[in-house]
Amino acid sequence: MTDASSIWPPVLLTLQLAAASTALLLLVGTPVAWWLARTGTRWKEAVAAVVALPLVLPPTVLGFYLLLALGPGGPGGWLAGLGGSRSLAFSFEGILLGSVIYSMPFVVQPIRNAFEAVGDRPLEVAATLGATPWDAFWTVAVPLARPGFVSGAVLGFAHTIGEFGVVLMIGGNIPGETKVLSIAVYEYVETLQWPLAHLLAGGMLVFSFAVILATMVHQGRAGGRGSA
Amino acid sequence: MSGGGAICARLAGSLGSFSLDVDFEVPARGITALFGPSGCGKTTLLRCIAGLSRLAGRLAVGEQVWQDDSARICRKPHERPVGYVFQEASLFSHLSVRRNLLYGARRRSRSRRDEELAFDPVVALLEIGSLLGRLPAALSGGERQRVAIGRALLSRPRLLLMDEPLSGLDQGAKEGILPYLETLHERLSIPILYVSHDLREVARLADTVIVMAAGKRVIDGPVEEILERLDLGLAAGPFETGVVLRARVSGQDSRFRITRLDLGGQPVVIPAADLPVGEEVRLRVRSRDVAIATARPDSISVRNVLPGRVLEIVEDAGTAFAEVLVDIGAGRVRARITRDASADLGLTVGKEVFALVKSISLDRPALGAPRPSRGGPL
Repeated sequence: MTDASSIWPPVLLTLQLAAASTALLLLVGTPVAWWLARTGTRWKEAVAAVVALPLVLPPTVLGFYLLLALGPGGPGGWLAGLGGSRSLAFSFEGILLGSVIYSMPFVVQPIRNAFEAVGDRPLEVAATLGATPWDAFWTVAVPLARPGFVSGAVLGFAHTIGEFGVVLMIGGNIPGETKVLSIAVYEYVETLQWPLAHLLAGGMLVFSFAVILATMVHQGRAGGRGSA
Repeated sequence: MSGGGAICARLAGSLGSFSLDVDFEVPARGITALFGPSGCGKTTLLRCIAGLSRLAGRLAVGEQVWQDDSARICRKPHERPVGYVFQEASLFSHLSVRRNLLYGARRRSRSRRDEELAFDPVVALLEIGSLLGRLPAALSGGERQRVAIGRALLSRPRLLLMDEPLSGLDQGAKEGILPYLETLHERLSIPILYVSHDLREVARLADTVIVMAAGKRVIDGPVEEILERLDLGLAAGPFETGVVLRARVSGQDSRFRITRLDLGGQPVVIPAADLPVGEEVRLRVRSRDVAIATARPDSISVRNVLPGRVLEIVEDAGTAFAEVLVDIGAGRVRARITRDASADLGLTVGKEVFALVKSISLDRPALGAPRPSRGGPL
């Protein structure tokens, strides 16, 4: 009943989910952040608001809409049909998609801020030195915005690990597929397996503290480096 | 124009609330100063030449057309072989000095194998060899600007654009960089467009001057001609107007520590300067350092008394002053005197006078003079 090894599958699954989410978040979030930082269009804040929605929406509301979208009647179901299954809901891919949407503001915001802090000048300098916009993006903008990428990646990773409501709504509690750490804690508490709940909850506490501390230390150092 | 070709620009339009309408053609060699008060459009013009901003018109550098709206040509900034030195050095803070220097060098074509713009000579010219391993944050303001100049040069530009490269520096750092700019000018064949609102810099560095005001070109021409123009006074501020003259070193006097110069037949002395006899030099005489006498004064400490003839008198309306342009044969000097004195002496155009020159600054060996054979930068 209190077999401690039963906590590992949810922990590993959570790490997998967080790693995959972070990779996807950086892939999707970087161009969004770049566009938001550079565009002059008046639609910019509307787009920024959509990206930021998960900050204020109850996870259950987001989860509800995602459930509809991922289910057999939604676009997710159609997508799942290509792969031979009925629905994206209650699958690893489903909660991955949910995580990416749910954690997007935590990744886009710091990267956007970092791109805005880089400003036009270094890119103009790069252009006058013969760098194409693509070249300048990779060799100047991204390295200069590095603190933003680090913050975004850490926050995205940590936020995905801590996610509960969205996964509960669209993932359920399928061991090895959607039973992530936060769901496991909930289940242990519900089934009165308090030692296991303590183990996971304590681990999460230490992990979260370490992440936030590391981020703050990193930003403090990056902020002190200054620019020339 | 012959020789190195010309820089021809005809650009007009508005950027935000600012409107610019310029049309000029200057030789694509030496230093051309874009001079005028702050906000007159100098920087905007420079940005348009680099392709960073866009105004309608046509722009050609030598035989290359960079923009021609009628032919739907507009090269992107990275397709224009310019070096741009911004007001702030704007070094890439994540790269070492060496990698900053090489950023442009690696991206521009190496087809033009001009040795003068290879890494080692440029580093030596700007004396930044000892900084190569450092990060920009560890450099002083003057060092950063030298690295920025080196970075621009190493991209092998056909045109170097400098936007008030000294204005962000304190006086000491400014004085530290000017000799490098002079050396650049002497050693390299690359044309430079130099934006400044400081007449001292213009007088010291420029060969050609384009004066701008309120988004328009007021006048352009060789620096000597432009500096003689009395109506420049307002743009320059009352105490920095002056002229540039060329003279030749005729002798050294070690007892009194003076250098004798030959200014078109007239003898002139300056405090001893370490220059060989025969060397051509460039002198700057500010109008406030020149007084006027109608008879040659005999008991006076001023050594340089130059006979001449009044060419023009411009009264500075609303002030006590007038500027007098005097032809001294080998050139012209301007004197800033009071209107009261002008009336008292009965100065009129054509009158024979003596220009008493209290102070002369020696700027540098004159253009076109044989290059000094010294090894290091001046």
